[in-house]
Parts: sequence; structure tokens; C-alpha cells
Amino acid sequence: MSRYSAAGWAFAAPAMVMLSLFFFVPVLLAFALSLTDFDLYALANMDDLRFIGLGNYAELLQTPLFWKALGNTFYFVVVGVPLSIALSLGAALLLNGAASRLVGLFRTALFAPVVTTLVAVAVIWRYLLHTRYGMLNYGLERLGIDPVDWLGDPNWAMPAIILFAVWKNFGYNMVILLAGLQTIPNDLYEAARIDGANAWQRFLHVTLPGLGPMLLLVSILTMAGYFQLFAEPYVMTQGGPVESTVSVLYFMYEQGFKWWNLGFASAVAFILFVIMFAITAVQYRFAKARGVA
Amino acid sequence: MRSARSAQLVRVLLLVLLAGFALFPLLWMVSVSLMAPGEASQFPPPLLPDAPGFSAYRALFATTGIAAYFINSLIVATLGTMLSLAFNATAGYAFAKLRFRGRDRIFQLLLAALVIPGQVAMLPLFLMLKEIGLINSFAGVLVPVTASIFGIFLVRQYALSIPDELLEAARIDGASEGRIFLQIVVPALTPILVTLALFTFLGVWNDFMWPLIILTDQDKYTLPVALAALSREHVQDNELMMAGSVLTILPVLLLFLVLQRYYMQGLLAGSVKG
Repeated sequence: MSRYSAAGWAFAAPAMVMLSLFFFVPVLLAFALSLTDFDLYALANMDDLRFIGLGNYAELLQTPLFWKALGNTFYFVVVGVPLSIALSLGAALLLNGAASRLVGLFRTALFAPVVTTLVAVAVIWRYLLHTRYGMLNYGLERLGIDPVDWLGDPNWAMPAIILFAVWKNFGYNMVILLAGLQTIPNDLYEAARIDGANAWQRFLHVTLPGLGPMLLLVSILTMAGYFQLFAEPYVMTQGGPVESTVSVLYFMYEQGFKWWNLGFASAVAFILFVIMFAITAVQYRFAKARGVA
Repeated sequence: MRSARSAQLVRVLLLVLLAGFALFPLLWMVSVSLMAPGEASQFPPPLLPDAPGFSAYRALFATTGIAAYFINSLIVATLGTMLSLAFNATAGYAFAKLRFRGRDRIFQLLLAALVIPGQVAMLPLFLMLKEIGLINSFAGVLVPVTASIFGIFLVRQYALSIPDELLEAARIDGASEGRIFLQIVVPALTPILVTLALFTFLGVWNDFMWPLIILTDQDKYTLPVALAALSREHVQDNELMMAGSVLTILPVLLLFLVLQRYYMQGLLAGSVKG
């Protein structure tokens, strides 16, 4: 036994050292950093560094742009996640009943946006959403709807980014949910049919309960991903117009790497982490109470 | 019978619409990238180029230095993939098949740490790398991707299925642990290593926020960082930007299409942990 013990550590150690040095240590340091006033001056000379306790957190709570960023991020998550999952589920249901030779082809087509480079497709969408010669407004005009200044109107910028994110991401959950659908035994549907359940009732009483654990997983993963909104506003709107698309991470990036308020930015990162953690825990509890996890 | 057939027809129709929604932006990107300068900036927006040509690509290579960014991306993604394979294959195997003190507890800790968003580590990591002089280097880009909890998990789940008897027999024959790993374990793990390689390559190629932070000089930019900078400069130059997007997306899309089976396997394996 002892002989293998050494080999085990030898094989695991390189990865553990890397993870410790470049992930666990920085995470702990992030908390320490958030308790200091680390800024441009400290970057030049560490003697200028002061411990200020929860000062950054107190200041954050009084920073209107932080609240705005938090609100924008919640808007993105609360609207974007259900829309994404609904489209994923719809696509998975369509695929699940389609003739098998079509499934592979459609699955690949619907999944393609997931593997594309976020920055590159954001550039495409910025053009699609262009007020004057964007394809979307052209389509709307054909339907008799006035052009919308998608990325230039504070009321429309976030919905436009949500639309883009749904397009980019729905294929991922679609594949997971499709795998889940295929595990639901056909007998259950047959039995429900014999009992006189219509399609909607079968969906409510057979499909949804059967997908329970998968839906929980998918919603946790999607929420975690959507809370990390950054590249979309960076490329498409630069946080504008009138700060309507500044997300928490965008705010953190600007504070940390544009203004070099690294202590302050660390506090932002930590608050985001705590919020994500709390919401995941709540979802898990909720699911457990209803017996799906 | 007729209703069943029409239901199938509606289903296929909806799928076609959905596929159109998914693919239209990508197809239009290719179409616009083949248009002449300024052709895309009119109303109504043209669907297809009048006379398809590569002028946007020529301008892209001549004026933006995109070839260098492409090579940077290729280097970073290739190195990242190799490092990820080396670190995560060994660790994943160790967590599945070798006994060592604290193994199960460490593994639980790793799984718990999956809830920590990577961005929390970014600010201190930047300062640490500044101390050791890795800012604005490919090494700096790669530091957070070498060992990953997801990668270790992926390999471990797969390695669990390697029969212990196979490893025991090799040990009785006097094979060293290193030799067992190279000659028995790696061949057995090949499918999941392809999956891991694919995920890492796509992940590093597509990554934006960390390279944006760590790469400060233009000549070190990867494609996404360069594209984001270009899109701020060339706001009106749609053909050029679309050509840049094609160049960025095409390699990963092709890689995905060729190795799709491995990709889906990894995606589903990663989702079982819930």
C-alpha cells in the first residue's frame, strides 16, 4: 500500500501545486486584498498600502454605479436564464421527437453558436443590431415596425444583449436536456396517454418531473455563467448607453484594470461570489425540498 | 395517421426555423466578409455579395497585422492544450486509481471549489504574475489553464473504469508506475484525452477576459483581444470586421465539426456531476 502512496502523490502533485499557487492562493489573497486600499500608489510602492477593514465594502454600498451594475446583472440573469432554458427545452423537445436521421444534423446546427468565439460573434451581432443597416431592423421594417436603436437606447441595449446571449448559449443546455429526455421511459408516456392526458398534461406530469434533476443542474450552471457577464457589454456597448449595460464584472474590470483600484475591485469580485454562492445554495435547497436533488 | 404526419411536419418546420436562427448570423458573417468595401453599409442590407471577392481579407492581413494575432492564438491554444493534458491526465488518473493520503478529502475540496468563479482570483493573480515578471507573456496567459478542476474531474470519471487487475498485473511484472501510466493508462484514456484536448483548445482560443488583462502589448494579443480592439477602431468597416470574425471562428468551428463526438461526450460527462 505504502509504495503506491508515493506514486499517487507524485502523479497528483504537479496539478495540485499549480491549482494551489494560481487558484487557491489568489482566491484567499483576493479576500485579503479587498480589505486594503490597494491602488495605483500601492502598485508603485507597497509602503502606501493600508489595511482598511471593510472600508471597501462600505464604500461600494454607497457607489451608485455598483448598484446599477448589480441591477443590470440581475436583469440579465433573471430574464436571460429562463429564456435560455425555455429555448433549450423547446429545442430539445423538438429534437427528441424528430426522425432519427434528422436529429444529428439539427443538433449540430443548433449547437454551432456555442463553440464560436464570443468576441467574434458579438462583433457580428453588433452589426446585425445596427440601427441603420442592421438585418434585424430591416426585418422589423418589413413587418411594419419602426427601427429600434438596439445598442444605443438604454431601454433596448440589455434586451439586445439578452437576445444575443440566448442565441449563443441555448445549444449547450439543449444537448444536456435532450440526453435527459432520452432517459424518460416511453411507458410513462403511454400510461399517461391511456389515462387520457393530452400533450400539455403529459409534458407537465411526465416530462418535467423526469427532467427535474437535469433542469436543476442546467439552471445552476446557466445562472453561474450569466452572472459572469463581461465580454458582451465590453464589445457591443462598452457598458453604455448611460451605463445601462455595465455588469458587475465590467465594473470590476474597469475599477481594477483601468483605474487600478485593485482593493476596491477585489471587494466587487467577492460580493459577486457571495451572491452566486447564495443563489446556488437556495436553488439546491428548493430543489431538494421538492425531491428532485 | 394523418395527424401524426402533420405533427412531424410541424416539428421539422420549427426545427428548420430554429436552425435558421442559429446559423443565420454565421452565414451572413461569411457573406459580408466576401463583399466589396462599403457594400454592407447600405439599406436594405444586402444578403449576398454583388461580386464575391477577398478584398476584405486582403485589407485585414495588410493593415491590421491579423496574421501575427492568429499565430499568437495558435501558439497559446496549442501550448495550453499540451500543458492541460500533462497536468490533468496525471492528476485525474491519480485521483481515480492510485491511493494516497488525503485523496478523497482533497477531491471533495476540488469539487466544492467549482463554485468559485475564476474572476475572483484574477486581481491577485495579476499582482502575483507582475512580481515574477509574467505580465504580457504567453506563460501568463497559460498559468490559469494548465491544471483545471474540470479537467481532473473529466479524466478521473473516465479512469475509474480502468480495471485494477490490469494495473496490478503490470506491477507484479515489475513495471514502474511511470511506465504503467504511459503504456497502459494513457492508451486506455485516449478518448477522454481527445475530449480534454478539444475543450482546452477551444477554451483557450475563445478566452477573452484573462488575456485582455494579462496581455498589455499589441504584439502579444490573441485573436479575441485583437478583434475587440479592432472593432473599436473600425466601427464602420463591416466587411473587414466580418473577415476578422470568420478567421477567428473558422478554426474552432472546424475542429468542433471534426471531433463533435468527443465534444458531446465531454459535455455530458461534465454535466453528470450534478
